[in-house]
Amino acid sequence: MEQKNNALLIYTLLYFAFLYVPVLFLPLFSFNDGNYMSFPLTGFTTEHYEEMWSKSNLHNALWASIKVGVVASIVSTTIALFAAKAFARYKFRGQNISYGAIMMPFLIPEIILAVSLLIIWLALGFKLGLVPVTLGHILFCTPFAMLILIARIEGFDFSLEEASRDLGENAWGTFFRVSLPLYLPGIIASLLLSFIISFDEFVLAFFLTGSDATLPMYMWAQMRFVQKLPHVLALGAVIIVFTTLIVLLAFWLRNLGQGKKKAEFGINIHE
Amino acid sequence: MNNSFIQIHEISKHFGSVRAVDNVSFQIHEGEFFSLLGPSGCGKTTLLRLLAGFEFPTNGKLLLDGIDITSLPPDKRPTNMVFQNYAIFPHINVEKNIQFGLRKLGLSKEEIEKRVKDVLSLVKLEGYEERFSSQLSGGQRQRVALARALVRQPKVLLLDEPLGALDKKLRDEMQLELRSLQKEIGITFVFVTHDQQEAISMSDRVAVMSEGKIQQLSAPNELYKNPQNIFVSDFIGETNFLKASTKAQDGEHINVSIENLGEFKIKNNLNISENSFDVVCSIRPEAMKIDTVKSDWDICLEGKIRQTSYLGEMTKFYVETKELEKIITVSSQHFDNQSFKNNDCFISISLEDISLLNKK
Repeated sequence: MEQKNNALLIYTLLYFAFLYVPVLFLPLFSFNDGNYMSFPLTGFTTEHYEEMWSKSNLHNALWASIKVGVVASIVSTTIALFAAKAFARYKFRGQNISYGAIMMPFLIPEIILAVSLLIIWLALGFKLGLVPVTLGHILFCTPFAMLILIARIEGFDFSLEEASRDLGENAWGTFFRVSLPLYLPGIIASLLLSFIISFDEFVLAFFLTGSDATLPMYMWAQMRFVQKLPHVLALGAVIIVFTTLIVLLAFWLRNLGQGKKKAEFGINIHE
Repeated sequence: MNNSFIQIHEISKHFGSVRAVDNVSFQIHEGEFFSLLGPSGCGKTTLLRLLAGFEFPTNGKLLLDGIDITSLPPDKRPTNMVFQNYAIFPHINVEKNIQFGLRKLGLSKEEIEKRVKDVLSLVKLEGYEERFSSQLSGGQRQRVALARALVRQPKVLLLDEPLGALDKKLRDEMQLELRSLQKEIGITFVFVTHDQQEAISMSDRVAVMSEGKIQQLSAPNELYKNPQNIFVSDFIGETNFLKASTKAQDGEHINVSIENLGEFKIKNNLNISENSFDVVCSIRPEAMKIDTVKSDWDICLEGKIRQTSYLGEMTKFYVETKELEKIITVSSQHFDNQSFKNNDCFISISLEDISLLNKK
C-alpha cells in the first residue's frame, strides 16, 4: 500500500515537473545578465526588465493585444451568454447539432481556420489589420465562453425568473435584477478566460494582422535576433504571472457559490 | 361575494401530442380556498401556470374579475404565486425579496415600509429582514415566499404544492396556518396539491383532476361521501371495490347484483343505467363493522383476518371471505389484533354505505 502511494507521488511530481519546469526557465533566465539561455548563470540583473519598458514597439503591440482582447472577450461572452441560456433553458429541435456547430472552432485546426479567414477577408476586398484578428478571436473564444457559461447556467433555477415575472417585472427587468446578478460570476470568468485566450493567440494573428502586431507577434519577431532575446524573456515572465493570476481568478469566480447553490436551489419539475 | 370571480372557460393546453389540460371549464368564487387535486401529471400544475401566465392556453378563455386575462403576461396579472421550491432570490436578503415586487406599484417610501412591516408580522418573520435564503429553514423560506406574494395584495394567490418539501409536523402546522391566514386576509387562494388529506382539510372546494380533466368539483365532504366516479372514490380516502352489475331500476333505487353476495336495492344517485356490467360498488373501510359475533346487518360475512396494521387511533384489518374475490380492508376503533381468536371474524355491511359507481 505504502509502495503504491510512493509510486503515485513520484508520477505526480514528474507530471507537474514536465508541465512547469520549462515555463519556469523563462523567469529564471530573464534575471540572468547574459544574452544566451544557457547554464551556468552569469549574474543577477533587472536590466532586461528596464529595457522592456523602453521599447515603443512593444507598447504598441501590448496596446493592440489589449484592444483585441477586450473587444473579443466582450463580444464572445455576450454571444455565448445568449446561446448558453437557450441551451440550458429550452429543449428545441436541432439542439445537439447547433451545439456541435458552435463548439466546432474548438476542433478545427487553428491554422485551417486562419487560412480560411484570410482567404475570405481578402476576397471581400478588406485590408488586413486588427479588425479581422478581432473577428477571428471572437470566433475562437466563443466555444470557451460557452463551456464556462453553460456550466454556470445549467442547474440554474429558472423558477427564479418566473418569480420575478410574477412579481411584476418585465423580461428586461428580470434579466437585470435576477438573471444577470446570478450569472455574473460565470460572465466575469468567461470574460477573463476569453481575454487570456485572445491575448495569447498567435496563429490567427500571424495570418490576419498585416502590419499591426499583437504581443505574441511582436515576441515572435524579436526572437530572430539573439541580442533581443533577454527582454522577450522578461516580457514572457510578466505575461506568465499575469495570465496565471487571471486564470486563477476566473476559476475561483466560476466556482463561487456553486457548492452552496446545489443545496439551496431545489429541483424544479413542471408537469 | 362574486361566484364567477375566476372563469375558466373551455381551457385546453397541449404540449405536442400531450393534452395536459383538456377542455376544462369551471368557476372559482371570490375569497374561497380552492384546491386543484390530482396525481402527478394530471394537469393541475399546468392549469395553475395558465392562471399565473407562465403558459398560454391552446384553446379557451380565462377571466379574472370580469377581465379577460387569457393573453396577459405574468407581470400584468393581479395574481401572485408561491412556488413549489419557494424561488427566493438568493442574491438579496429577505427584506429586499419582499420589496422586489413593490417597485413597479408606484408606492411611497413610507407605504413600502409599512407594507413590508405588516406582511412580515402577518407571516411571523419579524427580525429576519437581513437574512439570506441560505440562512433560512424550509418553513421560513415558505413564509418569505408567502410574504413576497401577499405584499403585492394580489386578487388571487396561487400556491404550487407549497407544503410538499416540509416534514410532516411542520406541514400540519402550516396547513392550519395557511387556512387561518386566508380567512384573515380574505384573498382567493388557488392551491395545487397531490395530497388528498391536505386538500380536504384546507379547502372550501376541491377540483379533483385526472388526465387533464376535472373528475369532480365539490366541497370536501361531498367528495368523500358522494364520489361521482371510480377515480374520485379511489383517490379520496381508501375504499373497497366490489364487482357488480345492475338490473332493473325501482324508484330511487336500482337492483344490483354484487359478486356472490346476491341482489340488493341500492340508491342510484348517479343515474346509472339498467342492465350494465360496467359498474362497481364502493364501500369505505370504516363504514363496515368487524366483530367476533354475527350481526343482523343487511350483509354479514364470515371471514379470516390475513393481516392487521395497528395505527394507534384505529386498527386496519385485511380480511379474506369466501364470497368476495379480493381481500377487503376494514378499520375499527374498537378492536385490535388481540381481539380475534384464530383470526375468525364477522364483517357487517349496511346497504346505505354502499355507493354505486360507473367504471368509466
